[in-house]
Amino acid sequence: MSDIAIAVKDLTRKFGDFIAVDHITFGVHAGEVFGFLGANGAGKTTAMRMLIGLLTPTSGTARVAGHDVYAESEAIKRSIGYMSQRFSLYEDLTPRENIRLYGGIYGLTRAQIRERTDRMLTRLDLAQVADQPVSRLPLGWRQKLAFSVALVHEPHIVFLDEPTSGVDPITRRQFWELIYEAASRGTTVLVTTHYMDEAEYCDRISIMVAGRIAALGPPSELKREYRVDSIDELFVRLARPIEAGRTGEAGSAGEAGRGQ
Amino acid sequence: MSAIGAESLSKRFGPTRALDKVSFTVEEGELFGFIGPDGAGKTTLFRILVSLLIPDDGRASVLGLDVVRDYRALRQRVGYMPGRFSLYPDLSVHENLTFFASVFGTTIEREYEQIKPIYIQLEPFKDRRAAALSGGMKQKLALCCALVHRPDILLLDEPTTGVDAVSRREFWDLLGRLKQGGLTAVVSTPYMDEATRCDRIALMHRGHLLGVDTPEAITRAFERPLLGVRANDRYRVLLALRKYEHAHSAYPFGDVIHSTDARVDAPVEAIASDVKTFLSSSGFVDAWVEPLTPTVEDSFIAHTEDAA
Repeated sequence: MSDIAIAVKDLTRKFGDFIAVDHITFGVHAGEVFGFLGANGAGKTTAMRMLIGLLTPTSGTARVAGHDVYAESEAIKRSIGYMSQRFSLYEDLTPRENIRLYGGIYGLTRAQIRERTDRMLTRLDLAQVADQPVSRLPLGWRQKLAFSVALVHEPHIVFLDEPTSGVDPITRRQFWELIYEAASRGTTVLVTTHYMDEAEYCDRISIMVAGRIAALGPPSELKREYRVDSIDELFVRLARPIEAGRTGEAGSAGEAGRGQ
Repeated sequence: MSAIGAESLSKRFGPTRALDKVSFTVEEGELFGFIGPDGAGKTTLFRILVSLLIPDDGRASVLGLDVVRDYRALRQRVGYMPGRFSLYPDLSVHENLTFFASVFGTTIEREYEQIKPIYIQLEPFKDRRAAALSGGMKQKLALCCALVHRPDILLLDEPTTGVDAVSRREFWDLLGRLKQGGLTAVVSTPYMDEATRCDRIALMHRGHLLGVDTPEAITRAFERPLLGVRANDRYRVLLALRKYEHAHSAYPFGDVIHSTDARVDAPVEAIASDVKTFLSSSGFVDAWVEPLTPTVEDSFIAHTEDAA
């Protein structure tokens, strides 16, 4: 695979008259941690669904791990990992069973599954609860396990959709260390979050506003360019450009036009 | 009289202690926050306070009414917004609001002044089905429904969870305005940065209160010298900091690493220059090291480190 993990050009998706994603263009390098930000309803989820092969674009092009999103969505699904905020693990199964299940789905051999199970349980310090149902684990442990399970088939790219929502502060930071670790091994990470401090952990971020990419670049450069102290400040400025600090109708009108 | 008084509240679910001897008071007119991650016990506590759940032990009163014995009177006077979206998705904005008003024997028109600051933002979409609203607008509608019977106290369970950073700000602006109108409000949130919006906060973790005070007092009580560290390779510098002989903890906080020191009584400037020398000798010649003022999140981490 080339150095470009994700290449997107003019990608667009309409639902009836409504343009959920409007000609977005960006690239993600192999091994990069890319933050995909935007207000609720800005089009992030729609864009992500196209990139992971679950939704056909209306127009534009996108290649993910070298595969075309129109013609090769099955190949994309095999070469990526995906973890969502809520459902990623089977709660009635144990950590060991979840790893075996996902390993099997992705076609790993028994020996591979055995070896990776041991490695993951040791790394996450979960050996002592490996045979308890996942439902009994604290949310933070579950999320760390879900991340590792999303990587069980050693995909080129992993998509994380609000992986740290509601997780305690220490676990949230341990989770980001897992992300750094994966990136340092060359895995590309595309992540969405509502925690603006997490945006600053990314190599580069994009901020979507009303279906378009309003800003794109390394957090430090964006802060310099827009003369703001934090990504939080930049986010507010871009997502509600008209009112500038006033709680009002202008921004909300744009927001409410977009269903989830 | 306090708006809420809770004494040694406990609740178990099977083997889980959801709440373990929780005591606190909320004064009238206060904006009070329960800050903690999922599983802290926030929802269990709120459900007890609005009489939807009976505690195993301890007692609580809201507006002077006992949450078990006086539940009928209590329900007339509290406005409650549950954590999970609980409006009727197939009804429009206007229909939902009309429904909640009529349940409490009133009308939108009669209560218009009370709900106006929020309702004017919803009015352009009053015929839209609640299911088709964005996250931020759903929260505003739910707040409107919780306010329509003119409650004497508001209990909002995680109103901003899963909502984007901008809508969260707007929501807190609204709460600030309601507070100015004299309303007592109790809010829970997993977002530590929202703590500064409250008059007082309770840090909550695994069924316990770790501390109750103003956000300023909570961060002032932070004991250890705290440094901010920046370097080009964030991940490697983080690992290096943990090898420093006096290191107590090191965590990434946005674009800086927050590092605490084991030498509780040493002057922070001296520690900063010592850390800078250490990093320099470890190959990080470009490292930026400065003393920092702790945030509520630093305090929360310090309280929970031992349990983690």
